[in-house]
Amino acid sequence: MQELLSYSAVELGRLLRKGELSVKEATKAALSAIDGRQRGNNAFITVTGDEALARAEQVQRRLLSGEGVGPLTGVPAAIKDNICTQGVKTTCASKIMGDFLSPYQATVMEKLEQAGAVSLGKLNMDEFAMGSTTEASFYGPTRNPWDLGRVPGGSSGGAAAAVAAGECWYALGSDTGGSIRQPASYCGVTGMKPTYGAVSRYGLIAYASSLDQIGPLARTAEDCAAILDVIMGKDRRDGTSLDAPCGGLLAGLNPDLTGMTVGIPVDCFEDGLDPDVRKRVLSVADVLKGRGASIEEFRLPVMQYVVPTYYIIAAAEASSNLSRFDGVKYGWRAQGYEDLTDLYCKTRTEGFGSEVKRRILLGTFVLSSGYYDAFYRKALQVKHVIKSAFDDAFSRYDLILMPVAPTTAPRLGESLSDPLKMYLSDIYTVSVNLAGLPGLSMPCGFDRQGLPVGAQLIGPALREQAILNAAYAYQQDTDYHKQAPVAAEGGKRA
Amino acid sequence: MNITTELVDYVSELSRLKLPEEEKAPMAAQLEQIIGYMDILNTLDTDHIEPMSHTFPVKNVLQEDEVEVFPNRDALLAGAPAHDEEAFFVPKTVD
Repeated sequence: MQELLSYSAVELGRLLRKGELSVKEATKAALSAIDGRQRGNNAFITVTGDEALARAEQVQRRLLSGEGVGPLTGVPAAIKDNICTQGVKTTCASKIMGDFLSPYQATVMEKLEQAGAVSLGKLNMDEFAMGSTTEASFYGPTRNPWDLGRVPGGSSGGAAAAVAAGECWYALGSDTGGSIRQPASYCGVTGMKPTYGAVSRYGLIAYASSLDQIGPLARTAEDCAAILDVIMGKDRRDGTSLDAPCGGLLAGLNPDLTGMTVGIPVDCFEDGLDPDVRKRVLSVADVLKGRGASIEEFRLPVMQYVVPTYYIIAAAEASSNLSRFDGVKYGWRAQGYEDLTDLYCKTRTEGFGSEVKRRILLGTFVLSSGYYDAFYRKALQVKHVIKSAFDDAFSRYDLILMPVAPTTAPRLGESLSDPLKMYLSDIYTVSVNLAGLPGLSMPCGFDRQGLPVGAQLIGPALREQAILNAAYAYQQDTDYHKQAPVAAEGGKRA
Repeated sequence: MNITTELVDYVSELSRLKLPEEEKAPMAAQLEQIIGYMDILNTLDTDHIEPMSHTFPVKNVLQEDEVEVFPNRDALLAGAPAHDEEAFFVPKTVD
């Protein structure tokens, strides 16, 4: 059983197509793993076992017929709970959503269905994707499978934990400021935020619309390529989705990096970075060099501006996006109100958690009369400067290599008491969202405590293939991505 | 910048939030710390920089208006805390 769960999604898909095992057997193995580990790590908010088994039979028939079969047909997956699923409740890990049942499917869910995915359920997250630890969930924190006393990262912490613990072969998460890459790093899995606009946001409950992007968390770069082949593409229901060529990433994987130049921004390896993380991330450069890439150091001084710029823009957009949650059109409504305004206030005050309220207040402040120019307009100007700095770097380098997070996974309870400190830990991920770029996090070793370290590869817009090639090449020469925690005990390496 | 509890009250009102008394002072202190940190942006001269909303040069995305009736009105209404067959219910707002 354990062996089955240690396959990558693409490997499992191959076995299913060969008929070496059935979709139902794979689904049952995953459900049994969830059953055994959910109590320990709380990765799921909703498990849809019966639906998954029924779906498995349906997909099995498709495999037998041979029609509409692809690399991921029959492979069980799980979905972050801010992606709308018709017939299965979508909570955003918030009280205010109540038992919300979406009347429609998100575009990515339609695409997964077409590709023959089997959904196992919905994954835990920080409420409305606002957080870096998955502790800010109405449904309780998710715990890191490598050490149950530590956080899995966030906000897609349930997704990273479920993949790391072998409860599903891949997951869909969302990334507004690092919410796929940082938990992937903390949990030792591979996660990718695609170029802004590459994947439709239709049906993704919005946090900060100009930064939000759906992407995969899986075991390998190869898996991420296969998943992106399914979910990328223009969607007329998302006005910001890009009309760009898509597909072919899996088929296009090439581990020969000859001619590739990788830039290392030295500013990202200075004070504040854990020495073990620094050492492991820099060791990635040696492996890439061995595959033909050349490595160069450069300066990226805009890094000191990225966190404040991100938090101004993200909070501003959040304050606007979350105004729709008012206890009228959907979700939960407070009791004992006096009039309509009181209904709004009571519902929102009691329905949102403290981190969400903090960001709504911050966002309302930076947009309010008298402060707009000094904060919001200023942040949009600095965003321009940040984007230009990345454009300049990509005129010289094909990819950028940097850390994902300054440390490995913190202990539960260490982060929430000091919001600013938590925000600062997003320093290496938020710039990628501000500049609309694709970025990938992959396991690159362990720190002295045996906790996974992630390395980040960033590319120019729509150059997902270059990033995936570098990660694929790295994973040909290393086996960090194959190591799994002893999930039941929350111990170290198996 | 000094963030007072009065400012927290004002922003809360704009946000349709009503913080309990005991949460106002800690929230003011946290916001003051976060906003204070954002001061670093003022060390960067952006006088001649255009604000950037979109990272890609996106043009207006235009399409013909087409009326599409959402096929599942019942499901839309079913998500509301109070409703009948055709409307959301709210407290009386106009006498």
